[in-house]
Amino acid sequence: MNQKTVFSIALALLAVVFAGATLFYTTQQEQQAAERAQANQASLMRMHSPTLGNPSAPVVIVEFLDPACETCSAFYPRVKEMMAANPDRIRLVLRYAPFHRGSDKVVAVLEAARKQGKFWPALEALLASQAEWAPHHTPQVDLVWKPLEPVGLNMEQMAFDMTTPEIARTIAQDLDDAKALNVTKTPEFFVNGKPLPSFGYAQLRELVDAELERTAR
Amino acid sequence: MNSRQDSVATSPAWLLVFAAWLVAAASTLGALFFGEVMQFPICRLCWYQRILMFPLALILPLGLFPFDPRVVRYALPLAVLGLGVAVFHQLLVAGVIPETIQPCTQGVPCSTTVVTWFGFLTIPWLSVAAFFSIVALLVAAHRRSSR
Repeated sequence: MNQKTVFSIALALLAVVFAGATLFYTTQQEQQAAERAQANQASLMRMHSPTLGNPSAPVVIVEFLDPACETCSAFYPRVKEMMAANPDRIRLVLRYAPFHRGSDKVVAVLEAARKQGKFWPALEALLASQAEWAPHHTPQVDLVWKPLEPVGLNMEQMAFDMTTPEIARTIAQDLDDAKALNVTKTPEFFVNGKPLPSFGYAQLRELVDAELERTAR
Repeated sequence: MNSRQDSVATSPAWLLVFAAWLVAAASTLGALFFGEVMQFPICRLCWYQRILMFPLALILPLGLFPFDPRVVRYALPLAVLGLGVAVFHQLLVAGVIPETIQPCTQGVPCSTTVVTWFGFLTIPWLSVAAFFSIVALLVAAHRRSSR
């Protein structure tokens, strides 16, 4: 046989095997993720989680979020946009996935702000100023106070609330649930219990639109 | 090149280099599959092995058409160094080299076993096997062509 023929056949075979294995693996993973989310519905929502929007909205987005995660801050305004475009039809449930080292302290700040009824303004202030207090992906809790100034928090109360053991329990529970749902990256979204088929804003949008349409009928 | 010389059967050295390329290309695609498709974390030692394996998948076919036996000269250093790193990695996993002197203190520890097939086959083992067979095939090709 000709050398070039042998080489071409081998190259084509390798390419086909690679493409086939990739296709097989990704479809299998998508299926497993959907099954896993289905089997762990109880882990998806907890009473302690902060929620935004109409409590009886037909579409519920559960987002696993790390306040220090850049992609999370990029997605947040877009999720808000979707909610604004469909008033009262989308509810957002936030779960903590503080995967960055030191991020849990920032979550404690958010939870303490929540006790003063200022969770969402605090979260929005922190996500918008993320580069200031988390330079090079290293969250530094000492740097969050300046961007939080306009929120108008009672600082003495904050310092006290941040140390309550409930916060640590909330974080531990959320991380446990993240594990059960195989959430290893942030942000991760579940729309009415369904995971994204693959990560991306377009995919999220598609899934939300499909759920909006399904529940509209 | 006439068609007789072009035939696979007439050039054992070509076949040996071709076989080495097959191993390198399969390893490259395999590593990409683990990293990009299955999204396994890639430890530092694995990166060095990739650095030494991926170029082989490109250099070797360049030496195949037209056949240039000197391709061994350029490919062998990569393969030998790769074998060294792979053996080091395997010793690390096996615990022969203590944890403290391993270079991956942050990120993914290289001593973590991500997958095991058939009870013994791990990714570092595959790497050792791949680099070893490439070295062996290239050395054999060199002997054949210099004879």
